[in-house]
Amino acid sequence: MQIQPILAALKKHRLATVLIALEIALACAVLCNACFLIAGRLSAMRINSGVDETSLGFLSLQGFDASQASDLNARVVSGLRAIPGVESVHVINSVPFGPQAGAVGITLDQAGKQFRGVPEFYVGDPGTPQALGLELVAGRMPTAEDYQAIKTFVPASSRVLITRTLAGHLWPGKDPLGKEFWTGPFHFRVIGVVANLAIQQYDEEGERGAQWTAFVPAQPGPQLAGTYLIRANPHDLDRVMTEAKAAMARIAPDVVVDHEDSQTIRELRRRFFRTDRAMAGLLVGVIVALLGVTAFGIVGLASFWVAQRRKQIGIRRALGATRADILRYFQTENFLIVTFGIVLGVVLAICVNIALMKFFEVPRLPLWYLPIGVVVLWLLGQLAVLVPALRAAAVPPVVATRSV
Amino acid sequence: MFGYYLDLAIRSLKRNRLLTVLMVLAIAIGIGASMTTLTVMHLLSGDPLPGKSAHLFYAQVDGDPTPHGGSLREPPDMLDYRSAMDLWGAHRADRQALIADSPIKLGVPGTGQPPLMLTMLSTTSDFFPMFDVPFEYGSAWTAADGANRARVAVISSDLNDKLFGGKDSVGKTLRIRESDVRIVGVLKPWRPSPTFYSVVGGRFANGDTASYYGKPEDVFMPFRTSLEVNDGNFQQFNCWALPPQPGHLENAPCNWVGLWVELDGQAKIATYRAFLDHYAQEQKALGRIGYTETRLRALMDWLDYNHVIPKNVKLQTWLAFAFLAICLFNMVGLLLAKFLRRAGEIGVRRALGASRRSVFAQCLTEAGLIGFIGGVGGWLLTLVGLWLVRRQQTAYSGLVHMDASMFAITFVLAIVVSLIAGALPALRASRIAPALQLKTL
Repeated sequence: MQIQPILAALKKHRLATVLIALEIALACAVLCNACFLIAGRLSAMRINSGVDETSLGFLSLQGFDASQASDLNARVVSGLRAIPGVESVHVINSVPFGPQAGAVGITLDQAGKQFRGVPEFYVGDPGTPQALGLELVAGRMPTAEDYQAIKTFVPASSRVLITRTLAGHLWPGKDPLGKEFWTGPFHFRVIGVVANLAIQQYDEEGERGAQWTAFVPAQPGPQLAGTYLIRANPHDLDRVMTEAKAAMARIAPDVVVDHEDSQTIRELRRRFFRTDRAMAGLLVGVIVALLGVTAFGIVGLASFWVAQRRKQIGIRRALGATRADILRYFQTENFLIVTFGIVLGVVLAICVNIALMKFFEVPRLPLWYLPIGVVVLWLLGQLAVLVPALRAAAVPPVVATRSV
Repeated sequence: MFGYYLDLAIRSLKRNRLLTVLMVLAIAIGIGASMTTLTVMHLLSGDPLPGKSAHLFYAQVDGDPTPHGGSLREPPDMLDYRSAMDLWGAHRADRQALIADSPIKLGVPGTGQPPLMLTMLSTTSDFFPMFDVPFEYGSAWTAADGANRARVAVISSDLNDKLFGGKDSVGKTLRIRESDVRIVGVLKPWRPSPTFYSVVGGRFANGDTASYYGKPEDVFMPFRTSLEVNDGNFQQFNCWALPPQPGHLENAPCNWVGLWVELDGQAKIATYRAFLDHYAQEQKALGRIGYTETRLRALMDWLDYNHVIPKNVKLQTWLAFAFLAICLFNMVGLLLAKFLRRAGEIGVRRALGASRRSVFAQCLTEAGLIGFIGGVGGWLLTLVGLWLVRRQQTAYSGLVHMDASMFAITFVLAIVVSLIAGALPALRASRIAPALQLKTL
């Protein structure tokens, strides 16, 4: 196939060619960046919480005073344990995707000079790490004497579990076991490292990492009350949660169940990523509509060209060109126009990404998105031009002899 | 002439139905997408108090005594208790209101209904006239009630519907934690967008600011009364040291109170700025605070500073307009094809004496007609789009609706876009040389 005559023909239709190429360029820029944004949302939604999400639920009670807290804890824990199907109940300050509780800045020295960011603290009663299903990768789990009473925020000096990620951030390349850190007057010593434990309100662009967390063992009391972790068989969990919320009217009639936050962790997770899912859905919708509109444009313009060149096609056919030749002519022409568009589109895609990085704190577009966008648009162009091109190929040679 | 062109345009559109449908569809989808996001933007970025917002200011002083950060750092978004009470108590502005949110447990004695957890706004009596808050029944409490720590409250119309079936509940008693509080006023439905008076911390929200567009609080109580009634449940914006007693913030090293002032006129604004600076310098000299940076931002500036428009909404708007641009290019290409295909017909018109201008006008009329039909489709798609936004469970989804101005803009945008798209093809069509076309007929 000779490209020279095609280029010569396109020169006659400079305006239309430029328009289609520009449309392809814009489509390429939007397509690459939209796909990248979708991938970003989806990867955010895949965050590993580090806990057994399918068997855990969270129950949050409000509207009680500190003086009633210990009594409330005792009543609720025993009341919940009586529900058939419940494996264990623990007092915990919050769960991954639950309400934010205890994000505090830490320092590596007692004087408070070496600030190292703001991790989130999970505080739970004896047995909580096991009930959460935390995976220990180094050190040991807290033992009975590690669980101490709380006066204000956490015990004055606690032996804690931290995540691998936090350990790597605080002491890169060193053994974190036995190391210490502080927050104000509170002292922490690391006794174990867990694989994962996600922060409560995951924020992909925040300063805090998604896994900057510590687990502080503690005894329930006035400062650790009203929020419970329920573990049950995954098949029983939904029923257990419904019964647990209903049971509160009997166990603790004065308190208010926070229905918003009292959910299974799976539900909390689903709700947490609701806007991300909606945004990803919207982006998919835009991509589909975009490709559709671009294809319409190609179909429309190619049909026009075919109609306009009927006579020339007839002449070519009469001079010996086969149907395949005509088909290939229009396909090659489309390929060339789309390629012009793509060259421009790749540059535009990178520009759009730079703008997004500047104004929306989006990360840099990985370069391998570009070839994917290019291939998609090539295919789209070929598919869109197929129908008009087939119609062109069907033009009989006899057209050449009519009304020249 | 316009009527004739319109007639020609309708005939032309009927002649090639597929091309017409493609063009109308492209413009309708583009308009639908961009108008949906534009309507949401319009609702979220509007002035919550038109005509008044320029007189309302948010005061900031840095109450932290310890050395920190650089000298250029912004004061925190809220005040510590001492600064807030000093500034409020000085009564240097025309009106002033303190702001603090806290969760409360509320019941109605004698009804047997289970208690509710709600959010309460602790504020001062000026709040209601300052922000034009409308009352259905009763009125705000007086300044004297505030000073005497009277056990009174104003409730929202939603709460009044829920507890009292929407009837006049002034004089009725609410049980808030351990205290009985008398209702003195019930608001009319009031939904400022955003709930501007309690917007704080937007800089740290990473664009996730949908919560600013939620409903206002259900219970409003005098500031000092609420400190007694709901002691132990107040939440800090931030602290520079750990508070000795969580939830009790009156002497805590924490920022947790907002201060709004109303100032009419440039002179008063300048005077108040000077007053704030003077206060900060005086307190620094006394050793109570460490930095003398102060700010006095007007309401709209405060909202801008907090980047109140959610990042997702902005991103969607850009996306929609990029999409509209693609639809525009698409339409230019299709119109070009359509007009040039009729080169023969245009040649005859030109030969019979039509000027270039009239051919141009005829082509533009056709483009405009396509735009109008596309606009109708775009309007319907916008309604579908807004319905989808309402179905999303965001804080602002209840606010989303199409108003008259957005309805008008839909059609204006559709027709303008199609005229822009039609201009170039129409110009090309009007340049057609009649002689050449007539030869080939």
